Amino acid sequence: MISTEHFKALFDPRAIVVAGASTHPGKFGFVALHNILSCGYVGEVFATNRERSEVLGRPTLADLTEVPDGVADLVFVCTPASSNPELLRQAAAKGIRAVFIASAGYGESGEEGLALQSELVDLANQLDLLIVGPNGQGLVSTPSHLCAQIVAPYPPAGRIGIASQSGNFVSSFMNLSRQSGVGVSRAISVGNAAQVGVIDMLEYYADDPETTVGLVYLEGVAEGRVFADRLEAVCRRMPVVILKGGASGSGAKAAASHTGSLATDDRVFDGMCRQMGAARASSVAEAFDIAAAFATLPVPSGPRVAVVTTVGGWGVLAADATATTNLELLDLPDDLRSTLDGLLPPRWSRNNPIDLAGGETKDTVPAVLDAVVGHRDIDATLVLGMGIQSNQGRLEREGPFYPDHGLERIVAFHDRQDTRYVEVALAASAASNKPVLIASELSVADPSNAAVSAVREAGRYCFASAERAVRALHFMNERVRWLESFSTEPSPDR
Amino acid sequence: MTTTLSEADSKALLSGFGVKFLPEALVVSPAEAVAFARDFASPMALKLCGSNIAHKSERGLVHLGVVGTDAVSRSCQELLDAARPEDNVTGVLIAPMATGLREFIAGIAFDPMFGPTVVFGLGGVLAEAIADVTVRLAPLRRHDAVDMVQSLRTQSLFGPFRGESEVDIDALADLLCALSFAASEIDALISIDLNPVMIVEGLPVALDALVEVASEVVPS
Repeated sequence: MISTEHFKALFDPRAIVVAGASTHPGKFGFVALHNILSCGYVGEVFATNRERSEVLGRPTLADLTEVPDGVADLVFVCTPASSNPELLRQAAAKGIRAVFIASAGYGESGEEGLALQSELVDLANQLDLLIVGPNGQGLVSTPSHLCAQIVAPYPPAGRIGIASQSGNFVSSFMNLSRQSGVGVSRAISVGNAAQVGVIDMLEYYADDPETTVGLVYLEGVAEGRVFADRLEAVCRRMPVVILKGGASGSGAKAAASHTGSLATDDRVFDGMCRQMGAARASSVAEAFDIAAAFATLPVPSGPRVAVVTTVGGWGVLAADATATTNLELLDLPDDLRSTLDGLLPPRWSRNNPIDLAGGETKDTVPAVLDAVVGHRDIDATLVLGMGIQSNQGRLEREGPFYPDHGLERIVAFHDRQDTRYVEVALAASAASNKPVLIASELSVADPSNAAVSAVREAGRYCFASAERAVRALHFMNERVRWLESFSTEPSPDR
Repeated sequence: MTTTLSEADSKALLSGFGVKFLPEALVVSPAEAVAFARDFASPMALKLCGSNIAHKSERGLVHLGVVGTDAVSRSCQELLDAARPEDNVTGVLIAPMATGLREFIAGIAFDPMFGPTVVFGLGGVLAEAIADVTVRLAPLRRHDAVDMVQSLRTQSLFGPFRGESEVDIDALADLLCALSFAASEIDALISIDLNPVMIVEGLPVALDALVEVASEVVPS
């Protein structure tokens, strides 16, 4: 039986063996060793090479029998399929509990490969080994500084746990992690998912103290009902974001009835996600937005949103975006309106979105944000327009007149202001334990912008647009509602 | 092989699980039809009923808006005369006409991957083009049933609509829960179709029902 201990051996091994390390920098067996050695893995690293050739300046062992007994927990397998049964036996004899198989030539290659794959699973079960793959791209585990994969990148440490049926989507999510600074705890590509699949990883993540949100790419599920029940159990403990590609693989339907023809694969999957409490994203970017929101923000306690914007247009679009969600753009309570009247010039919008109409100063912005975020009727706040001052500062800094004519001083002032606004917004979020979402396209267009940098420095996520922030908040609120529904009504017997 | 229950049998079976239908009678003669119609002021709907009638509308086996004793009698006789041996006719279903502008579709469909699912969507002639449909796995929690109703894009239909009162969301959720209950209790169920479910004075009423089961099992 695969246990938590097996998954610990997989994600936090005391030592790791790369089986089939290669001297050729284009081969998986080279890249895997390179990535493990380069990213600062905390344990000891062994490598096997049939000819005992040095790889990356390190000696290698001829095979697993030469690895010391009871030291290593994980073997990363790049050897040909034909040699893997013997390798599993040797690994088990050394006390290894987990095997990641990058080797191809299994289920993905046809009937013969499928037979090899099922033999491999039988053998692993006999030997009490966890095998992930075959045909997987690898795994990442930042608590152990482990980058055991044949692809890039290695993401910053954080709370997102990734599990994917496609290795390339693991890379996609981790690229967004690197770009945004919102980090990853564990990431794994399950390849052909011969013995364990995405749902097994989610179950481990749900109880993993390093992981607070699951981020998943799926193409299909094998046993739909069982998957649904396990997904619900995971979602009760941890938010899960699902990106799904392709049809569910269920083939032709009995379309005898009218309702039957309307219940398409995609609608069934979509309804299943809602019912079991998972957030189903429609794109890679949206999936990462939602995961980053769960990983970095306090959960809202209700749907009431305030939008604070330095100038008009952004707030209008943000308001439009809330219309297609479960969020409520709150009419400003009278006491809050009076408070803001005292802080802002008369031309401010006097309603939600709260358009400061250029009335922001180093004193008003902190006071406005404190008043809005802290107000008892507001569950979440969206802050727009951060970074415009330092964006102008950048143009001045890069222009021909810099640093003369007072430009050096004003550019530094702009940067300080934007940094300060962001810090104040995030401090208000922390003080009230309510989500404050900062959105600006500068997060993509100019990640070095002072406001964007300040969000990143604080370990938060700068959303690329107001609409995307609204969408992520919508999914947070969906989860709150779903969890609340269990307080009055338990899960049914399925 | 599958067996489709007649409309009358389908309705009788589903009534037991709490699905609401109009008052109606299965009659075998024009005289019985007239006797039933006498209790209602509204125009009547008459349909030929049998376990094996496909394409009821296309064959002209549904008569709507029938008014008056003579017309009811004539309609019933015409339907009985139109029966073919293979229809397995058990009589004519007669019911007062329901009027409502809003039609939905609800049912149970079997998904090869996920098993029985509850389906709810917009009905009427444009239903397939608009395709405003939502699906959940059976069994439903009540939360899921309410969420299904709230998941349709066309939410404006649930409010007051062209002189008709707003839809009782609780009653719609009850209907979906009743279908879910039926799905877990009926042996060898393959599908249930309630089409249309009309909103009559704010409440959902199923005007037609079709239950399909695997043919080895004959429900009691």
